Amino acid sequence: MNVPDDFLYTETHEWIKHEGDNVRVGITDHAQSELTDVVYVELPKIDRQANAQEAIAVVESVKAASDIYAPVKGKVVEVNKALEPDPGLINREPYGQGWIFVLRIDNADDLKQLKDANAYRKQIG
Amino acid sequence: MSPKKTPLYNEHLRLGAKIVPFGGWLMPVQYTSIVEEHQAVRNAAGIFDISHMGQLIVEGNSTRQWLNTMLTNNVDKLRVGAGQYTFLLNERGGVIDDLIIYRIDELTFLLVVNAARTDDDFAWLQKHLTAVSSARDIRIINRSSDFGGVAIQGPRITELFHALFGKDVHLPPRNAIVDLPFDGTNVSVARTGYTGEDGIEVFFRANDAVKFWNVALKKGKPLGLKPSGLGARDTLRLEMCYPLNGSDLLPDRNPIEAGLGFFVDLRKPNFIGRDALLQTKENGPRQKLVPFRMKEKGPPPRPHYPVFENGDPIGEVTSGTISPSLNWGVGMAYVSASRAKIGAQIDIEIRGKKFPAIIENKPLYKKS
Repeated sequence: MNVPDDFLYTETHEWIKHEGDNVRVGITDHAQSELTDVVYVELPKIDRQANAQEAIAVVESVKAASDIYAPVKGKVVEVNKALEPDPGLINREPYGQGWIFVLRIDNADDLKQLKDANAYRKQIG
Repeated sequence: MSPKKTPLYNEHLRLGAKIVPFGGWLMPVQYTSIVEEHQAVRNAAGIFDISHMGQLIVEGNSTRQWLNTMLTNNVDKLRVGAGQYTFLLNERGGVIDDLIIYRIDELTFLLVVNAARTDDDFAWLQKHLTAVSSARDIRIINRSSDFGGVAIQGPRITELFHALFGKDVHLPPRNAIVDLPFDGTNVSVARTGYTGEDGIEVFFRANDAVKFWNVALKKGKPLGLKPSGLGARDTLRLEMCYPLNGSDLLPDRNPIEAGLGFFVDLRKPNFIGRDALLQTKENGPRQKLVPFRMKEKGPPPRPHYPVFENGDPIGEVTSGTISPSLNWGVGMAYVSASRAKIGAQIDIEIRGKKFPAIIENKPLYKKS
């Protein structure tokens, strides 16, 4: 399973890409493979304030609905509208065009709580 | 109890299937993608492991008469080699199981039942048999662990059937079952399925399962045959509005509420559940199972979502998905009978928000 080295990860299978004041968030290759075909994504509202581990999006596959959590405290500044007509992007490009939202983070130190690629690889075995 | 493995379990692993527990068994939910497998069945063919399903043999002189007191459909209509869809009901008319019964010979019947219900069905039948003194000669045998089975479904079934069994062998007619030689062994082939496509279900000795599966995959490959999992099986059956036991059929729901009265013969003098069904028929069912289709593109409806009409709660979703054929949200729900009108606008509540839907005719997917 693909786990890029330059991303951070959560216990709940989100990936986090640090981009200056922001983080871009999606779900990992492992998560999309477990979920199976994604058929619907409920995106958070722009400007929504979120706490770490707060459920702010939903990814639905043919089989089940799964909450997607804010990895750290922040404000939603961008959402991936391309997922509305084409939720399968999450399956095809989980680390690329399948990103879900961008958070403006309050405190870059919060990112220290997250897992690095090796720790996440260990988690998914 | 730890979940059981079918004789094809290692083949599923070898093919990279994602395995889930289902009805007490470890089953493949998908090999590559539910949507791809679904489309393979609609456009070419798919092969499903159905070894988890139960096989009960009932045999003896008065079997036909006795089974007619246990099942809703009329066993007298079955000639040797024919099968019918039927229900096993409790005294309240609620569904214990839905199953297919085949008449194997004059005095022998095969019941193909849902995996999760096999032991309960067997116990229920055995308990009632013991109570009938005139039925002492009847034997019920649970052969589930002796048999494996596959369903092969899809528009290319005729070519596939001939590739497997020979050019001059005839496909059995709809709902019929025949024994056919296959590579030095005998298998039973029934023309039935759970997908809405033409197809067969093949039952063989558990020891022959791996051989049959691999020959079928090899011969089917040029025809587009794909191994298909429970995920596709569920979306395929839901597009056809075939009920799933445990979701759409339950011990407190009867076949009339489920819109399946066609498989109940109320002219039979007695069978378990008949009085309750007569009452439902006379008073009209309180709720009815209806198919529906979402009005807009949106999240998939799922079991237990509440259903409203003009703000009034009228029922609950029992099955739902994004239909891969329609690329649209569809489902089935039990709603108040007075509101169960084709074309009626309803709302499905999903995570606290109402999404409009329309009550439809069966089936939800019609082949063009």
